Amino acid sequence: MKRYSAFAIAREAFRQHKGWERAWANPEPKKAYDVVIIGAGGHGLATAYYLGKNFGITNVAIIEKGWLGGGNTGRNTTIIRSNYLQDPSAAIYEKARSLYEGLSQDLNYNIMFSPRGVLMLAQTEHEVRGYKRTAQANSLQGVTTEFINAQQVKKICPIMNIDGPRYPVLGGLWQARGGTARHDAVAWGYARACSDMGMHILQKTEVTGVTQEGGNVTGVETSRGHIGCNKLGIVVAGHSSVVADMAGFRLPLESVPLQALVSEPIKPCMDIVVMANTVHGYMSQSDKGEMVIGGGTDSFNGYHQRGSFHHLEETVRALIETFPMIARLKMLRHWGGIVDVTGDRSPILSKTPLGGCFINSGWGTGGFKAIPGSGWGFAELMAKGHSPLTAEFGLDRFREGRFIDESVAAGVAH
Amino acid sequence: MLTLNCPYCGLDKDETELAYGGEAHLKRFGPGSTDEDFESYIFGRENPKGVHFERWRCASGCTKWFHAARCTVTMEVFGTYSAQTFEPPKAIKDAISKKRPGWTWRNFS
Ligand SMILES: Cc1cc2nc3c(=O)[nH]c(=O)nc-3n(C[C@H](O)[C@H](O)[C@H](O)COP(=O)(O)OP(=O)(O)OC[C@H]3O[C@@H](n4cnc5c(N)ncnc54)[C@H](O)[C@@H]3O)c2cc1C
Ligand SMILES: [Zn+2]
Repeated sequence: MKRYSAFAIAREAFRQHKGWERAWANPEPKKAYDVVIIGAGGHGLATAYYLGKNFGITNVAIIEKGWLGGGNTGRNTTIIRSNYLQDPSAAIYEKARSLYEGLSQDLNYNIMFSPRGVLMLAQTEHEVRGYKRTAQANSLQGVTTEFINAQQVKKICPIMNIDGPRYPVLGGLWQARGGTARHDAVAWGYARACSDMGMHILQKTEVTGVTQEGGNVTGVETSRGHIGCNKLGIVVAGHSSVVADMAGFRLPLESVPLQALVSEPIKPCMDIVVMANTVHGYMSQSDKGEMVIGGGTDSFNGYHQRGSFHHLEETVRALIETFPMIARLKMLRHWGGIVDVTGDRSPILSKTPLGGCFINSGWGTGGFKAIPGSGWGFAELMAKGHSPLTAEFGLDRFREGRFIDESVAAGVAH
Repeated sequence: MLTLNCPYCGLDKDETELAYGGEAHLKRFGPGSTDEDFESYIFGRENPKGVHFERWRCASGCTKWFHAARCTVTMEVFGTYSAQTFEPPKAIKDAISKKRPGWTWRNFS
């Protein structure tokens, strides 16, 4: 793999950019691999990357039914933060956030990590108390956050109206080192590094069945034939229940559409990420100048990648009170992704009832921020059978009642 | 927007007038049941991509609970029916079979 650098850009400028190579290969599937990962989203690709980098396991295939990064990874609003309430969450999200800081260098791929600061608005007394509590928990966890008052909020984000009649801004939970990254680039950067290690990324290859013998996984049926493996990682977000069904077990998950929308590009007006959880809306400004807005999920199960229109209406209507200027913005596009939600709003990184088969799912509405940490921990779990990062996120927590309850901590978990 | 017909008051209701109640026909397991049964009842879900049976409440209408059979991909509604039953009535099953021959859901088909 030729490294990307300022020198490479200069070199290519002198030869009509004819020397750039393909970022990843498009190989024919082999009969079998040591490890097969289903799903080339951020979590699947990161898992493969750390399997190779941290454990030297490179006889790996990542199987993707569409194109890599075309699932939720390519549809999300890219908020990165680690200000969670519960200790196991803070540990894995903070691991991810700190890996994001050095990821462009590590992958030799500019993922445009922008630690611009994330502000979670407190717009009810209940939220004020909740976020103060989270700030205390974060300081014990070694995650830097602080609770700031309404005047400080106004100073950080001048376009905000802090004394709206229905939802006045009472303060906020501020994580200065949170931010955003370029979602596609995260998938592309990991994919390029995986391909460089000799791993096979098999796009347009749908997994249609899981084969097993004597309680252990032996491979997967795909639209391009049977592919054998010793270990299988299911990392398919909204389709987790569908693939788990092929492997013969049920999951504590429900799949629902989550939507987002972007406006026409405007001049820079907001250089932080703002989340308003009471009204289920959040917003940031992309480098192109578009206001990126995310809303709530549908209340009922769905795989229709669209979502109910009234959710967009509700989100925008509520945000207008706090951001009066968006009332006159034209919205350009909106879309949805299918997110997999657990009862305690925490992910599942776990062994499964099928031997050699592991699952990484349940990231729901907020897994982009976790990609590097999740890949790191899940690779360790798959390689060694145990990882301190994932230990609390097993499927057994539902039977044992050890929930990692983030639903009380944040109504919206993006 | 999803529209369901409430089998009690007979009115067509938009989803904003209804409340979702999750998966239908759950068999309840309480104290004294095995851990497996309890876990599966509380947390295990079909979450199918396709034919699904679910509970809805006519929240801003007659306020009664009812059942609906729906496709989670196309949003097609196969029918709604009373909550006073342990399984979908034959008419609903037939309606589904017409459009999704060979469908199964838990033990129903
Ligand atoms: C609108 C929206 C906004 C969001 N905003 C944020 C945010 O601001 N911050 C944040 O942290 N998170 C956010 N999220 C959540 C985040 O996008 C997801 O948690 C994360 O991207 C999940 O990554 P993944 O790799 O697990 O899944 P995906 O990226 O969805 O990858 C799974 C892949 O599996 C493939 N697949 C499925 N079935 C099969 C099969 N049978 N065979 C082969 N391949 C298969 C799919 O095609 C897909 O490419 C948002 C999500 C949405 C939809
Ligand atoms: Zn009614």
